[in-house]
Amino acid sequence: MLLAFDWTELAQQIVVGLASGGVWATLALALVLIYRSTGVLNFAQGEMAMFSTFIAWSLVHHGLSYWAAFALTIGISFLGGVLVERAVIRPVEDAPVLTVVIVTLGLFFVVNGAARWIWSPEVRSLPNAFSTRPIDVVGVAFSIQDLGTIGVSLGAVGLLWLFFRFTKLGLASRAAAVNPEASRLLGVRVSWMLALGWGLAAAMGAVSGMLTAPALASFDQNLMQPVLLYAFAGAVLGGIDSPFGAVVGTLILGVLVNLIGTYVDWIGTELRLPVALAVILGVLLIRPTGLFGREAVRRV
Amino acid sequence: MGRRALGVGLWLLIAAAALLVYLFAPTFVSDFHSRDLAHAGVFFIAIVGLNLLTGYTGQISLGHGALMAIGGYTTAALVVHEHWRDVWTIPLAGLAAGVVGFLIGLPALRLSGLYLALATFAFAVAMPSLLRKFSGLTGGGQGLRLLESSPEQVTGISGTVTIFGHSMTQNHFLYYLTWAIGLVGFLIMWLIVRGGLGRLFRAVRDSEVAAVSSGVNLARYKTLAFAISGVYAGVAGALLAIQDEIVNPLTFTFLLSILILVGAVVGGLGSLPGMVLGALFVQYLPDLSTRVSSKPGVPDFVYGAAIILVMILLPSGAGGLLRRLAEPLTTRLYTRP
Repeated sequence: MLLAFDWTELAQQIVVGLASGGVWATLALALVLIYRSTGVLNFAQGEMAMFSTFIAWSLVHHGLSYWAAFALTIGISFLGGVLVERAVIRPVEDAPVLTVVIVTLGLFFVVNGAARWIWSPEVRSLPNAFSTRPIDVVGVAFSIQDLGTIGVSLGAVGLLWLFFRFTKLGLASRAAAVNPEASRLLGVRVSWMLALGWGLAAAMGAVSGMLTAPALASFDQNLMQPVLLYAFAGAVLGGIDSPFGAVVGTLILGVLVNLIGTYVDWIGTELRLPVALAVILGVLLIRPTGLFGREAVRRV
Repeated sequence: MGRRALGVGLWLLIAAAALLVYLFAPTFVSDFHSRDLAHAGVFFIAIVGLNLLTGYTGQISLGHGALMAIGGYTTAALVVHEHWRDVWTIPLAGLAAGVVGFLIGLPALRLSGLYLALATFAFAVAMPSLLRKFSGLTGGGQGLRLLESSPEQVTGISGTVTIFGHSMTQNHFLYYLTWAIGLVGFLIMWLIVRGGLGRLFRAVRDSEVAAVSSGVNLARYKTLAFAISGVYAGVAGALLAIQDEIVNPLTFTFLLSILILVGAVVGGLGSLPGMVLGALFVQYLPDLSTRVSSKPGVPDFVYGAAIILVMILLPSGAGGLLRRLAEPLTTRLYTRP
């Protein structure tokens, strides 16, 4: 039995897991961005990403190539994210945290409803972003689609990191998230930094949605709901206030879920998410702030 | 004298008005609509329970729908497998969900904020899958049908129910049953939160460190809040099972947990009277938004927009509004001249 173990298959399954984990990572990063700046979990993040994906679908449908639509959609989504923050989050900026959470829940229904209103609720498909033919890496056949997905999502993550690390605007928005009062005194426009965070989060979500859709044979307006669940779980696993943790957490979760589904028969597809969540819960009981999260220090 | 008597009198007046509304509400709506009111009562009970946990103790739960599932399935299983009378299963359903609530409270001791949200969320997401997996007890995806398996135990199967020589339709019976339990539950909750126990819960909410320093046993009161909250959710789930005469995994999805949370926040966390409005909001809003237009997507759009609008206009929920309206009166009654 042990001798028959197929290392090639294991390697392939790990890459498949990393591919889905990479897609979740971009959405998880969007969640972390908003959590760090606003302190809330944005329940509408997945639906906003779905809306972006439908915009991309419309652009492709009007004759644009996939990658042109990809770039254009990211820009539109950024503006859309800023607009959403100005329109519905700013009015509740000073309200209790749970009020803001409920607003994002309302936003979930609004965006989902709007998408079904604008693009009637029928299934559609996006062309494949990458060639579907396999590629040979050190004797193991990997799908180019999977490797490309990993590449694009990690690329997006990398760009975001460069922005926060090396630009003045990135520094200002990090400062606004860590200490709003002091930043305001130093001339940072904190409220607009929140809007910037929402814009960037929407853009990251768009990447996630546009990578999720082509991999499926067809999709509808419920496209991103499972992705949101996994992204949330992965982000919490990594530590919800750590962008690095969110990426690592979702990648681990992607591999974990895929290996569980492949190798443990009785779990099947039905119990995949619950089992993954149980594992995360186990981790959280040992490390209550996730793998890379910071301990919240409270002043009495 | 004077002021205190006036205050007590005012409260008695409000209680009497509530009782009158309870007794005569069904006579003003059709038989069919009293069933909707009964359904709102289910939300009310669950929301009052969540309010203790989230509003008074500061622990978030995205898993109350799953606690309702425990109650609903306890009732359904007892009626279907053991042929119990449906209404007599309610206490046991509350107890079962209370125990599960207590168990969820244990890992919650180590977690807070979003990490706790994830833990309870995991419970809510896992519940439908678990219900399908253990199909021997739960009937799997088909669920359990009370009416087909043991019709003789479903109260009001003949169309009318007679209580104390007073006969009424089944829908009216369900309304009176649900809201009677709801009002008793409300009264108990009021006694809890206004007494010493409520003060301990609020101490945990406002500052854990300060609470511990004053000798409050955090573990005890957090798990207690989870357990009490679970009892309310379980009773609500049992009543839902009795009203629908069927339970299946689709009754208790993650959406149900979300609706209860929405109801509690719209009603106003940390306010009890607001919970009635929260329950009515959650019950009637979907219906009202479908009436705007039934084009695909429009009802959801209206629904979400209404939630956002309410939260922008009333950031601390309906309870906050009620408090503000009553403020001139309460300050006159409760402050010394």
